[in-house]
Amino acid sequence: MRNTFINTLVELAAAQDDLFLLCGDLGYSVLEPFATRFPDRFLNAGIAEQNMTTVAVGLAREGYNVFTYSIGNFPTLRCMEQIRYDVCYHEANVKVVAVGAGYAYGPQGVSHHTTEDLAMMRALPGMTVCAPADASEARAAAAFMARHKGPGYVRLNKSGEPDVHAEVGIADIAPGKFIPVINGVDTLVLATGAMVQPMMVEVRQSGRNWALWSTPFVGGYDRDSMVRLGNKFKRIVTVEEHQLNCGFGSSVVECLSDLYAEGLLAEMPRIKRVAVPNIFIGASGTQEYLRKAAGLTLNGIDW
Amino acid sequence: MTDFHTFSKQIRLRVLELCNQKRTSHIGGAFSVADVLAVLYGDVLDVHPEKIDDPSRDRLFYSKGHACTALYAALELRGFFQGKDLLKEFTENGSYFTSHINHRLPGVELSTGSLGHALGVACGTAVACKRRQMGNTVCAILSDGELDEGSNWEAILFAAHNRLDNLMVVIDFNKIQSFGTVKEVMDLDPLADKFRAFNWDVEEVDGHSTEDLQEVLTRFKSARSGRPKCLIAHTVKGKGVSFMENDLLWHYRSPSDQDVQRAREELESA
Repeated sequence: MRNTFINTLVELAAAQDDLFLLCGDLGYSVLEPFATRFPDRFLNAGIAEQNMTTVAVGLAREGYNVFTYSIGNFPTLRCMEQIRYDVCYHEANVKVVAVGAGYAYGPQGVSHHTTEDLAMMRALPGMTVCAPADASEARAAAAFMARHKGPGYVRLNKSGEPDVHAEVGIADIAPGKFIPVINGVDTLVLATGAMVQPMMVEVRQSGRNWALWSTPFVGGYDRDSMVRLGNKFKRIVTVEEHQLNCGFGSSVVECLSDLYAEGLLAEMPRIKRVAVPNIFIGASGTQEYLRKAAGLTLNGIDW
Repeated sequence: MTDFHTFSKQIRLRVLELCNQKRTSHIGGAFSVADVLAVLYGDVLDVHPEKIDDPSRDRLFYSKGHACTALYAALELRGFFQGKDLLKEFTENGSYFTSHINHRLPGVELSTGSLGHALGVACGTAVACKRRQMGNTVCAILSDGELDEGSNWEAILFAAHNRLDNLMVVIDFNKIQSFGTVKEVMDLDPLADKFRAFNWDVEEVDGHSTEDLQEVLTRFKSARSGRPKCLIAHTVKGKGVSFMENDLLWHYRSPSDQDVQRAREELESA
């Protein structure tokens, strides 16, 4: 997913001379194609993410669409205030790219576990938050962010995640819209990011007639799409590789609750949020192990 | 050529009026930077109210967002706020004249108020201008207290490493920060040596000598030595009003009507 995103950016940069890539001294064996082909639009800002973010704003003010790239918490939480004040308040054309969503860097410990970023980023006015599920969504995410004016955040898993959309393929992704993966009735599993694929496996293996949809953009839901969703499904399970507090599931609950309050839903669906239960898992482990330790599974839902 | 003496006096008188009438703080830091602003906006910077978005203009990033009154006054005096009434609108409901500077106003490049942000943005701007071979100058004005912020030192390293010789920084070194003197809170000495050690060109001047400020800033503006430039302006917090000078109180207190009368007399007779 990470390589696909960067390689797509390289393709786009050949045709679009406003794309600029800043990295926080990370990206060995990933960023070289961009750095080599577009040296005038690449800069390693050093291990200094706060400054990388403000430098991005300076470049964006001069007309560039600037991508900042680092691991998980470093280009996000570490420079939260630069993102809030310099990027978002100034409506700067800056795209923050974090690699290593959730437990993608499992054995490396809590410093590298990215489990609060969605909450933080979606709190910011004007921020478009994107969490692609597989390489094809990552490709579409790169294309979207290259043409999107204003602040953006892309949460990438690392590598090796199986395709979700291999059979049907996807043409594009759009903020606020969902992508059906498995058709079903009554119960909808709504997943985001790299949790879509394991949910695909679980739903198929369970033999239940549940639907599964991918949600490439967290928050900012299209009202009509959400109304249709809320009226179609009586039960919804949200799944994310992120803390329970204020994350993807919360964003879905908030939106449906607001629509229900406005009288646009006949009834409020039952919603179960599958997420990390607001804890740090300090133990080492593979991504799969840590997901299991955090309870990121449909097992135990007895609907 | 602008009469700097008159210009800086006008800035201080306007600052006094704004802080008094709208009961706002930070008059001390606004007075300390007034002469720097008078020289930059009176002569050195290539910025014009009739072409605020001209790509070839110089860029000024004012990191002392709390000392907004001095910048607002300078911009107003240079005609950037035509059709606006600074004194009437300052801090009023719905106005963009907030008491930390606001980029939603013409001539203000960047909103600041949270310290340690503007230098990094200035660095990014300087990279863009340099790579496009634009020949203009990117300037940032920083306070002394905000050099406590680690983000500034990230930017100071970055600027030298990237040979941003189109960047010049002015430090308003008035020696007093929020809760005490700089020496007591977080000593910066030897400040010039720190910048030199980071591979910057450094000059130090009396930050109230408009002749010295003009000489160095003019030289800095045209110099392309491969190194970023730092002017340490040794200033006096509250400069121009005897009872405000070097007193932490005037980081916070807004002048009463009685204070204003005394202050105005001193400023006008200077």
